[in-house]
Amino acid sequence: MYPSRFKYESPKTLEEAIKLLDAGKGEAKVLAGGQSLVPMLKLRFAFPDQIVDINNIPGLDYIRFDADGSLHIGALVRHEHLEKSVEISKRQPTIAAAAPLVADPIVRTRGTFVGSVCHADPQGDWAATMIALNGHLVVQGPKGKRNIAMKDFVLGPYATTLNYNEIAIEAVIPAPKGVARGGYLKLERRVGDFATASVAVALDMNGDTVLGAGFALAGVGGKTIDANDAASALVGQKLTEATIAKAAALVAAKAEPRTDHRGSAEYKRHIVETFVKRILTANSTQKVA
Amino acid sequence: MSSLYEEIQAAPSSDIPVRRVTVNVNGEDRTADVEPRLLLAHLLRQAFKLTGTHTGCDTTNCGACTILFDGRPIKSCTMLAVQADGHKVQTVEGLASASELHPLQEGFKQEHALQCGFCTPGMMMAAKALLEENLNPTEDEVRWALSGNLCRCTGYQNIVKAVLWAAEKMRAELN
Repeated sequence: MYPSRFKYESPKTLEEAIKLLDAGKGEAKVLAGGQSLVPMLKLRFAFPDQIVDINNIPGLDYIRFDADGSLHIGALVRHEHLEKSVEISKRQPTIAAAAPLVADPIVRTRGTFVGSVCHADPQGDWAATMIALNGHLVVQGPKGKRNIAMKDFVLGPYATTLNYNEIAIEAVIPAPKGVARGGYLKLERRVGDFATASVAVALDMNGDTVLGAGFALAGVGGKTIDANDAASALVGQKLTEATIAKAAALVAAKAEPRTDHRGSAEYKRHIVETFVKRILTANSTQKVA
Repeated sequence: MSSLYEEIQAAPSSDIPVRRVTVNVNGEDRTADVEPRLLLAHLLRQAFKLTGTHTGCDTTNCGACTILFDGRPIKSCTMLAVQADGHKVQTVEGLASASELHPLQEGFKQEHALQCGFCTPGMMMAAKALLEENLNPTEDEVRWALSGNLCRCTGYQNIVKAVLWAAEKMRAELN
């Protein structure tokens, strides 16, 4: 399968890349990891006039915790960098749990975190973690930088509020007030398949007490589902069987699953509830430093 | 170089210039003029005549086209040939030396790890990437490392055995 014809540029600076996108007037597309874009080009779901390859722009492959505790992920951080990062495994358990479940190990060597978020696939693992973690994107365009909160980013399948002449250069996860806990679970029939259901849980804990909680779902609706309202069942309380059950029921109620070859709607909703319970229960028994 | 486009029956368009790319393939610099939309897998197979890299699903699922790109495994049907300009690529053709097979190839032979052989080059390159990082993998680690590669003969059991066989041999060679 061959993509339709396009012009290709591989600029060395962000400014040049933005100029190319601006000149493309919506018909230019950013190529980062390419693990979603290249298949879409081949299937001709996408047929841009211009590809702007950002892989040769230096300085975009950082994973950085700032002094305030916020986490910054540059546009060229590959999934496997997050999977192998010792800092991530110590300090950001939701992302650490999701990283080895993204696509398959070979795709993870190329595909990028930020690219996956911008692709806005309703099945996307990273969009769900970003919503649960209350993250935002830093995007740069001809007029400079702006922040887009994740909850304002995804409009629908493959549709976002990113302008055609902007590049998402960084994802930011705010610092927890206490200690970041959480997890990510995904049910898939085999590695690399679309998820039957995925659940992202982010917790902000002070000892046994929940200071904040975030929940998001992938694979059980037309877009990534924001279930952060369910935090009301936990904030200010301890993770007990009762509070966990209440939160899990609230999250499951937010799912919009459809019956298909991966399972019935009822089954998928049950999986969501079970996964929320499992993640919360695992965190309730951990010794909190 | 025009022969490349005779074979793939897609002559470059006049308004999109071809680009000259030089890729270090198995230690040797190779050059071709390519259209930006040409995929790396097709550059290897059609321009460089290295047909060991297979294209199976063409949709980033099967891993038959797995090669090493600057030492990391990638699916070469999911990268543009122009992106490989100035980079190092290793394909299955680079595994054996003139006189002997790579331990992975030997392992596949010893453990009967191929049936139709279509997935084999991708399996070997994914396994090579694993063994470069971890020469003492558990069976589970081998299975995870190969989880992006499909074998439609479903010969996974022996493929896993072959990789463990190769790992053992490579460890012994180190000592």
